[in-house]
Amino acid sequence: MLKFFEPNKIFSVTSKAPKYVLFLFVVVLSVGLTEALFLSPEDYKQSHSVRIMYVHVPSAWISLGIFSLIFFLSLGSFIFKNKNFPLICKSLAPSGFIFNIIALVTGAIWGKPTWGTWWAWDARITSMLILALFYSMYLLSWRIFENKEKAMKITSFIAILGAINVPIIKFSVDWWSTLHQTSSVNILSKTSIHSSMLIPLAIMTAAFTLFSILIFLMKYNTELIKIKNKGLDRL
Amino acid sequence: MINEIILMNGYGLYVWSAFSFTLISFGSLFIVTKFQLLKEQKKFVSKFGSLSNEKIRAAKLQSINKEILSGNLISKI
Repeated sequence: MLKFFEPNKIFSVTSKAPKYVLFLFVVVLSVGLTEALFLSPEDYKQSHSVRIMYVHVPSAWISLGIFSLIFFLSLGSFIFKNKNFPLICKSLAPSGFIFNIIALVTGAIWGKPTWGTWWAWDARITSMLILALFYSMYLLSWRIFENKEKAMKITSFIAILGAINVPIIKFSVDWWSTLHQTSSVNILSKTSIHSSMLIPLAIMTAAFTLFSILIFLMKYNTELIKIKNKGLDRL
Repeated sequence: MINEIILMNGYGLYVWSAFSFTLISFGSLFIVTKFQLLKEQKKFVSKFGSLSNEKIRAAKLQSINKEILSGNLISKI
């Protein structure tokens, strides 16, 4: 099964996929934006400011999801000694970082009309900021260390260490008294958000997921071509 | 109607700036990633072009090299 993750086998798929993913992303994003900005209702308390949720929440979910994926793949690279897993992680990190920044910035913009402040050292916001620092350290390590073996080990270590922060982000609203409300969308228990808001949220999440897949594919292809460039030097 | 969409009961500035920031971030990341990909592809093609016939034959045995070349608009090989 792990043979599927060999670069030569993957490239035939990843080189063709971006154009289809880009097309799908543009279609889903257009529908999502129309729903989020014009068709979904305003909130009875927050009025139109609730629309910020449609970019803030999916960004936070995806940045957390990507970091979790990086953690599992880093663990996998240690256990199975698979050299392609770190390459996948390296290609996933830029979009994860951008989504993390979007979550922080749109959260600050949403905070001003809702809480009366751009920033608060609330448990959820602080732990998201720590995640951004882990993403920065992860990305910088790939740039700083020229020895690839060393870079793989250090970035894997950062991913494993940073993963401790992921459940803290998720459960911070339950463990501490924070400005954030407890989660409204639950997989295992009842979702407390109305379908008129849940549907645009789901569409925007799908669009953002497609964007992260698109960036991943392009970045992964770049990394593979880089390796092949070095291969040509050795011929 | 248009005013209502733009102003959003006084929340327009917050809503539009949040959506704009998101879309600008998307656009910037896409352009940077695309630029890096094209740069590596160009480098690959120019390196491939400078190889001897024998080395080109050896390199073309790897399907991934052929894939990179076939996906490149500036490929003349």
